[in-house]
Amino acid sequence: MNALPFDGVAAILILPAATAALLALLPSYRLSAAINVVSSLATFVASTSFLFFKPAFGDYFLVDDLNIVFIVLNTFVAFTSSVFSASYIAHELEIGRLTPTHLRFYHAMYQTLLFAMNLALVANNIGLMWVAIEMATLTTVAMVGIYRTSEAIEAAWKYFILGSVGIALALFGTILVYMAARPVVGEGIDGMVWTTLMRRVPEFEPALLNLAFVFLMLGYGTKVGLAPLHAWLPDAHAEGPTPISAVLSGLLLNVALYAVLRFKLLLDANAGAIAPGPLMATLGIVSLIFAAFMLYRRRDIKRLFAFSSIEHMGIIVFAFGIGGPLANFAGLLHMTMHSLTKSAIFFTVGHIAQAKGTQKIADIRGLTVSHPALGWSLVVGVFAIAGLPPLGIFTSEFLVVSSTFARAPWLALLLVFGLLLAFGALVLRLQGMAFGEPSPGDRRSTASSLPIAAHLGLVLVAGLYLPPPLVAWFQHVAAMLR
Amino acid sequence: MTGLSFDVSHLLAGALVLVSFMLLYQTRLFALLNVFALQAVVLSLSVAWQAYVQDAVHLYITAAIAFAFKAIIIPVALHRIIARLGIHRDVENVVGIGPTMLAGLALVALSVVVMLRVASEADALAREDLAFALSVVLLGMLMMVVRRNAVSMVVGFMSLENGLILAAAGAKGMPLVVEIAVAFSVLVALIVIGVFLFRISERFDTVDARALDQFQGERL
Repeated sequence: MNALPFDGVAAILILPAATAALLALLPSYRLSAAINVVSSLATFVASTSFLFFKPAFGDYFLVDDLNIVFIVLNTFVAFTSSVFSASYIAHELEIGRLTPTHLRFYHAMYQTLLFAMNLALVANNIGLMWVAIEMATLTTVAMVGIYRTSEAIEAAWKYFILGSVGIALALFGTILVYMAARPVVGEGIDGMVWTTLMRRVPEFEPALLNLAFVFLMLGYGTKVGLAPLHAWLPDAHAEGPTPISAVLSGLLLNVALYAVLRFKLLLDANAGAIAPGPLMATLGIVSLIFAAFMLYRRRDIKRLFAFSSIEHMGIIVFAFGIGGPLANFAGLLHMTMHSLTKSAIFFTVGHIAQAKGTQKIADIRGLTVSHPALGWSLVVGVFAIAGLPPLGIFTSEFLVVSSTFARAPWLALLLVFGLLLAFGALVLRLQGMAFGEPSPGDRRSTASSLPIAAHLGLVLVAGLYLPPPLVAWFQHVAAMLR
Repeated sequence: MTGLSFDVSHLLAGALVLVSFMLLYQTRLFALLNVFALQAVVLSLSVAWQAYVQDAVHLYITAAIAFAFKAIIIPVALHRIIARLGIHRDVENVVGIGPTMLAGLALVALSVVVMLRVASEADALAREDLAFALSVVLLGMLMMVVRRNAVSMVVGFMSLENGLILAAAGAKGMPLVVEIAVAFSVLVALIVIGVFLFRISERFDTVDARALDQFQGERL
């Protein structure tokens, strides 16, 4: 059993874990915030080593072309979020919403979350993956409730209960996969190793796999935030600290999506099993249209963008559900663009909420006048997330739509309808917030606009020009996903 | 597998489903906790029996965790919390007990039909064990849906989890069962701590539709 086949895997796991332990002990919050940033950067750098050297897989860990995309994206956004977090929490401490003890807890949890997410992404064992995702859920629950207001506690409780039920369903699905594998692969650890499962899955009994996928889809789908199971998501985004909203939307949803994709691959490889695509496409399109309608009713700025995350996860799951090289490519690109854009938006929103002292959309007006940097960042971010050219999401949405038109024209109509609906809602809300007479109650914001600029810059570049190696890489992964 | 060990496994798994039904019709919180402790005892017996039958030592650990944690520590802790926080001792149902029991019957029928058909090629014990486990899981979910107060929701979740442990123990040779049991115990412990620390129960005691609007957070 080669538990740690390569230093890269060890690095992206041990770094966050060790940092978490260290941060739990350090009393000084300034130092903690700095260590948090440095450690996240080091993890990101370690993860980029996978681009050049892919470690061999073992019983527990696997790095392949699919999860490298997720890992690099994840560690990058985690790094920029930690930079944002450093400037954000300083302000929270100043106005007394958080105490230094809370911050100690917060930083330790931040790194624990990174550890759990990295573990889920590199796990080659479906049981280990489940444990890691559970751990990630628990840490985020603790962070969502950190403000101790009654709303925050209720949000954390709701997230806790719904997340736990989702996690429980996913475990039942995992057990069913093992039961399906056992007659073929044999007892013990082999029945849970993903690479082994993948090799032998054509011989599995399809009926058991079908049932397992239903449980896994609902279980991990809860964590992706798909429509009938999304109830925890807006609350968790709105009531927790904004860096956590960014991490939830930009990273954790992707990790759950990654779990769904792994099991989709299993089902695809078994000729007798149901095609998982239509189920995913249905859930995706339902989430998209539902969230698009819900966007019109939002009064809280963080909730608005939380619903927008549901919408975009819907699009991504839909794209992977449609399948085929083009739609998968579009799904991957959209996932990357959404992570970058949405976390940039949450960075901006965090500073806006601090500058204005409120999260209510009605009380935020004329940002471009009062806070030009933040205001225009929000404008660009919303244009990006709404899918306007020349930003990256336009490219990926265009690809999703065009590949759907080729495969299922009627679905494409629904898709376009949902996209336009969401576009309308976002622009409507943006107008009031960004332009017009500025609302009173201004505080100078101590924003570091570096992470925002970095993300939006990447999204803009991706919209204008995708480097050929990246395209080749995504095409390769898209082909892997069938 | 001999006839006897097969029958005992069946008996214990069936008893677990039966206790799940008993959970559904309790009207007092303390009685609910006692029945839950009973369920945990049955679970640990069932897992220990699986350990004996499969000759799997690690399952004894799982059984011990289930017994110590869920049959003793959690019920005692919840008892104390209820007494300390002065929570309403009645279980508030969203749906009446009659319809709930009928729904429970339908769920058990559903899981039996689904599992027996789906797992036709697995061996008889594993198959029926899974059918029982799925029944317990679904009954636990039903309980979470029809109950209002936080404590009985937590009990519903724990009984759901008992079904999962039963399934995991019945899946012969499944790795990581102990780890999963520990992970779940951490989860449950945190939920219970959450109930206590945040006094969620007080607020969820009186949840009605009007209060829920506020929970959805659209604060005007």
